[in-house]
Amino acid sequence: MSQVLPAEGGLRRVIGDGEALPDGEVEGLEPDALLALYRNLVLLRTYDERSVVYHRQGRIGTYAIFWNHEAMQVGSAFALEARDWIFPSYRESAIGLLRGMPASTVLSWWRGHPAGWWNPAELNVASICVPIATHVPHAVGLAWGARLKGEDRVALAYFGDGATSEGAFHEGATFAGVLKAPAILFCNNNQWAISTPLEAQTAAPTLADKAIGYGMPGIRVDGGDVLAVFEATREAVTRARGGEGPTFIEAVTYRAAPHATADDPSIYIDPERVREEMENECVGRFERYLLRAGVLTDTRADEIKQEALELMRTGIAEAEGEPPADPGLVFEHAYANPPPVLADDLAELRRVLGE
Amino acid sequence: MSERFLVEAVNDALHVELERDPTVLVLGEDVGRLGGVFRATAGLQERFGADRCVDTPLAEAGILGTAVGLCMAGWRPVCEMQYDAFSYPALDQLINHVGRYRWRTRGKMSFPLVIRMPYGGGVRAPELHDDSPETYYVHTPGVKVAIPSTPADAKGLLAAAIRDPDPVVIFEPKLIYRTARGDVPEGEYVVPLGEARIAREGSDVTLVAYGAMVPLAERAADALEGEASCEVLDLRSLKPLDEDALLASVGKTGRAVLVQEAPRVCGYAAEVAAVLAEKAIFDLRGPVLRVTGYDVPYPYWQIEDAYMPSVERVRDAVRRVLAA
Repeated sequence: MSQVLPAEGGLRRVIGDGEALPDGEVEGLEPDALLALYRNLVLLRTYDERSVVYHRQGRIGTYAIFWNHEAMQVGSAFALEARDWIFPSYRESAIGLLRGMPASTVLSWWRGHPAGWWNPAELNVASICVPIATHVPHAVGLAWGARLKGEDRVALAYFGDGATSEGAFHEGATFAGVLKAPAILFCNNNQWAISTPLEAQTAAPTLADKAIGYGMPGIRVDGGDVLAVFEATREAVTRARGGEGPTFIEAVTYRAAPHATADDPSIYIDPERVREEMENECVGRFERYLLRAGVLTDTRADEIKQEALELMRTGIAEAEGEPPADPGLVFEHAYANPPPVLADDLAELRRVLGE
Repeated sequence: MSERFLVEAVNDALHVELERDPTVLVLGEDVGRLGGVFRATAGLQERFGADRCVDTPLAEAGILGTAVGLCMAGWRPVCEMQYDAFSYPALDQLINHVGRYRWRTRGKMSFPLVIRMPYGGGVRAPELHDDSPETYYVHTPGVKVAIPSTPADAKGLLAAAIRDPDPVVIFEPKLIYRTARGDVPEGEYVVPLGEARIAREGSDVTLVAYGAMVPLAERAADALEGEASCEVLDLRSLKPLDEDALLASVGKTGRAVLVQEAPRVCGYAAEVAAVLAEKAIFDLRGPVLRVTGYDVPYPYWQIEDAYMPSVERVRDAVRRVLAA
């Protein structure tokens, strides 16, 4: 059972600090599951760190960093079944890896290559949503539509703290509440929307307070604690499957990396706070927890990290090995039955290109 | 066949399509218990239940965004926007997602949703109940647009839209919801998208129109009887545009007057004029003229008739092109 610490703003925690704060545990999570969580954390961490390097090497384009957001993504996704849907924002671009999506697919997305545009129905992972919060109503519509068809499916949408200011969040949450959709609105509150701090984003005491306005519970959890995130999401899943409707989860962390590779946070962020956060980053926290519990050894941890690095080496090689996209693809897929003028345009383009 | 008003034909199409396909559902503001503010959805909730004719919260982006998710769950949602200008908040979803999601999945997922809305002026209504926003929709890649002018087409185009694998927006001319009356085929009836209709044959000039401007163009043609032989081309589909029908008619008459209610700048008539400039320039015997709303907010209803294209303005344009 997680511990609620009012002094920390009511954030749920399971993982202790190895000193005064004792470690808790989550009922039902056996060592195999704990190791799976660790492997997933390392996978996403490795993906993220390698991606920043690949960007610097000019091998992928602008990239939205999610360093220290891994516990929120891994803990929540672990509470879902394969039949449940995930609606990622760009901050969760690699969430499909947790369901077996090849790293090359996501890397191709960041390389602007069509191989990166996956079929959402394959792994029940929706397309990466770039415009803020606009996918919240999609998750709600899917959850509601599945229930209307008698299917047992939950839909979870990820978004940031800034997204809660958007109209699309408000409309999606309103629909979720009214329709009692089996949806989970998962807010990774990293306290920054590029350079705008949370206090300039909302006058609400907490983001979870917003949930009451939509008639759903709001849970606050330590976003750096993968176990607390898992447990909170599992409760939300149980509510959703039981017909009790949606849940809002506010996972609180602190953005310890730039918003994206094109951002320079030194202009606006508090470096002292970033340093603290980096020392307490979420993958290391869980690693130390597992070492204390005797579930993980240093040797095993190294093996897992090497496996993840190998997966990334394969992934970038595959992504770079994709054949160049045919310019004709410009005209593909926008319509099932395209207007005839598009065929004329393609013919003209091919003529001009001398093909 | 039975005689119906245009809005009754819309209602008929919805009944037939919900009966035919159990994955079709209707959602929107006041569409269920009330049957829609224009009664376009009357009787659907009684017949098909509250899960297939859904009263939603008052949130247009929420309606359209939820419909995107419904498509992913295997539904074919038909969204009602209560009025033309009420649809603007939903443009967020339309532009960001509705027109792009199929492309995003490289064609692996379809988004067969329909947006239908009453549009247009002349009905003595408060502000923002009179707009003709079709250009915003036509301009959005991935989205098709059709506008009927007769009861039969209102039924057939809506049925085609519901069956189409792509997102389709249907603008219904509310000015003639309960004045346009005509024979409508019973049962299943489809008018394919992308096919224009010659509403009246003529030889001197082609009046190109859609929606509520079609009966206006026909009245203008009547008024010009003996002076000019006007062909009236009802485009019916704005995207895809039936270029063959347009070029055939203008090739025959050598003159074109384009009529739309929407403001002129970058309006749909501008696109038609561009197509004529690119593909029919050597057939033209005079300038292509537009009769449109003006580049101003839709006016106070006491003087809205001065804004709307009229028989007099169309007749004037025809005389000018004939004199050129």
